[in-house]
Amino acid sequence: MKKVYINSISSITPQKTFDNSEFLDEVIIHEEPVVFAVNPNYKEYIPPAAARRMAKGIKMGVVASKTALNEARLNNVDAIITGTGMGCLRDSEKFLSGLIDNNEQFLTPTSFIQSTHNTVGGQIALELQCKGYNFTYVHGSNSFESALLDAKLQLELDEARNILIGGVDELGDHTTKLHELIHHIKKEKASTKTLLDSKTKGTMFGEGAIFFVLSNIKQESSYAEVTSVSMFNTLPQNDVSKTALNILNENNLTIKDIDAIVLGNNGDVEFDGYYNVLTSEIFSNTQQICYKHLIGEFNTASPFGMWIASKILKTQKLPDVLKLNETGVSSFKNILLYNQYRGENHSFTLLKTC
Amino acid sequence: MTKGVAITGMGIISAIGNNVAENFQSLVKGKKGISRISKIDTIHKDEIMVGEIDYTNSELEQILKLSPDNNYSRTGLLGAIAAKEAVVNSGIKDINAYKTGLISATSVGGMDMTEKFYYDYFKSDTYLKYIEAHNAGDSTQKIADQLGINKSLVTTISTACSSAANAIMLGARLIKSGKLDRVIVGGTDCMSKFTINGFKTLMILSDTYNTPFDENRKGLNLGEAAAFLVLESDAVIKAKNKTVLGYVKGYGNANDAFHQTASSDHGDGATLAMEKALKVAGLDNKDIDYINAHGTATGNNDLSEGRAIIRVFGENTPEFSSTKAYTGHTLAAAGAIEAVYSVLALQNNVIYPNLNFKTQMKEFNITPQLVLKEKELQTVMSNSFGFGGNCSTVIFSKEP
Repeated sequence: MKKVYINSISSITPQKTFDNSEFLDEVIIHEEPVVFAVNPNYKEYIPPAAARRMAKGIKMGVVASKTALNEARLNNVDAIITGTGMGCLRDSEKFLSGLIDNNEQFLTPTSFIQSTHNTVGGQIALELQCKGYNFTYVHGSNSFESALLDAKLQLELDEARNILIGGVDELGDHTTKLHELIHHIKKEKASTKTLLDSKTKGTMFGEGAIFFVLSNIKQESSYAEVTSVSMFNTLPQNDVSKTALNILNENNLTIKDIDAIVLGNNGDVEFDGYYNVLTSEIFSNTQQICYKHLIGEFNTASPFGMWIASKILKTQKLPDVLKLNETGVSSFKNILLYNQYRGENHSFTLLKTC
Repeated sequence: MTKGVAITGMGIISAIGNNVAENFQSLVKGKKGISRISKIDTIHKDEIMVGEIDYTNSELEQILKLSPDNNYSRTGLLGAIAAKEAVVNSGIKDINAYKTGLISATSVGGMDMTEKFYYDYFKSDTYLKYIEAHNAGDSTQKIADQLGINKSLVTTISTACSSAANAIMLGARLIKSGKLDRVIVGGTDCMSKFTINGFKTLMILSDTYNTPFDENRKGLNLGEAAAFLVLESDAVIKAKNKTVLGYVKGYGNANDAFHQTASSDHGDGATLAMEKALKVAGLDNKDIDYINAHGTATGNNDLSEGRAIIRVFGENTPEFSSTKAYTGHTLAAAGAIEAVYSVLALQNNVIYPNLNFKTQMKEFNITPQLVLKEKELQTVMSNSFGFGGNCSTVIFSKEP
């Protein structure tokens, strides 16, 4: 079986993460429970006429995919695999509110066409003229990990050489209001500085597009090797540590080999317990890293964890703003990532230096 | 690596039957499930025809013995019914005895509830429970729960009308690579105002019975359905001495990269998908005994698909037919519905008629199979194409 490398990374989030020469050099402190992605200059990548028709999620996805290809020095890929939890929300809301408000009359097809979950994957294929394998996964907080697992399988078996994978989700006004209604979004003010210790229900919502080129050929631009990806639709809190240990064991690693653990804590007092069992027990002496206080929670926020781990493994640097504890660790070889949302769709991913 | 990917169970609910046996009876009797719409109040009700499932949501909830506070969308309800039939049909007693996953497909997810309560959510607390059921993955989580699949690999694919074919493909790859011993694969989509109006704006809905591959075809009928198949590895088949219904022999996925909704004139993506599937199966085009075509009865699809079939098979194509005239186009579920029909064709050595056909298309000379035909079948090819340029082909066979 071939090894699988991350050959490029690209990220558009509510932080200034688009320029890969930086690594959270300047941090935006958010003070609201809903935070929006920082727009790159889309015009540099998409003709203005086309950009006008595209909702934010599509633009973010298309641009992040282009920069990922650039960094990997590729003109095309063998496959495009996308993940999105909620799909193209803005177009869905636009079409649905138009339908209801005007009693099914005066509708135009554009927002319907762009509302399908695979719009971003299809648009990227169109832009690249890529006729290869094209999948879109839509499984909550495991949407991106499904894409990662699929790509890893193909690259290991040498069915493809270069695969573009990514996660993209956009905020939609109406859906945001609905999630406020059921307190999945915090009722009170949320802040980047205090989110992770907030001890209240709900979280900060965000959006973004995070893309990678995975390959079974290592090159100069390579960031890390993906050694393991596992997904679980359910996982009782009591089983989280045991499951993490099993995964380490399967990969011939021990707790001591893990230089950092990247966690999906989002400050929701009802569900951060899943992470706390790891940080208070088996990984209490390990460097703990969190990121959702910077970019908010969304179904495809977890690839930003992989973006961070890739950066750390390549640069051997860890920005203070990501640290949950202080261990003084300065060299990074193996990083474990763990994520879940509202107690469902758990994932463990292992990366190592290459 | 396991050689064959065996199909050991099937379940289905569609406009032509609430289980596998009823669907097969309708297929061989030429009984359509297309009618005027009754369950959704739409201003288009006199201009469209659909493939609806008889059961109401509360009837489906009763069959599944759900508590009144459940928050299943109709997509989840239909999926759970079909997936449970598949597992029973496979004779599985302990679902967790082997590493078992679930790969489902949907395009509408919980949109049926969202469109009902979109503004009402702000007025009353009664239906707030459905907000969490909107996302596509939720229906799959519900199906996993119904099947007792825990702590496992569960995911959802949404590639428009090719979704369920892709779910079958991924499941087969996970079995072949040894990641899973057993996987339940399929798709589910319920009817919604959202999709009715979406396809209406695209002007591809027929105001009468859809007529696949007919010169005067006027567009598609939307349908709702769910179907699932149980795939198992050689090791499980051997250990449990299981009856095999058929095999997933080959699969191919390609992108047309032509237009967000339309297929290319000559079916580039479709051609690639069929060619890839033949290659994975290790078969020549002459080895295919029957093609269950995508055949949506839109002007664009049937021309593009027909040309692609000729590109792959020449003018001497095997018998082909579309079963969309029976069920309507069931969107993300279509690939799974037609997988069940393909396996039934293999088991019973029959080719289903392409209903409602009157006039030969002028662009080519190939004609679909028009009457029920008995023929010894070894292999069936099934096509599914969708928005976003997604093209998928799966080949089913009697032998591994």
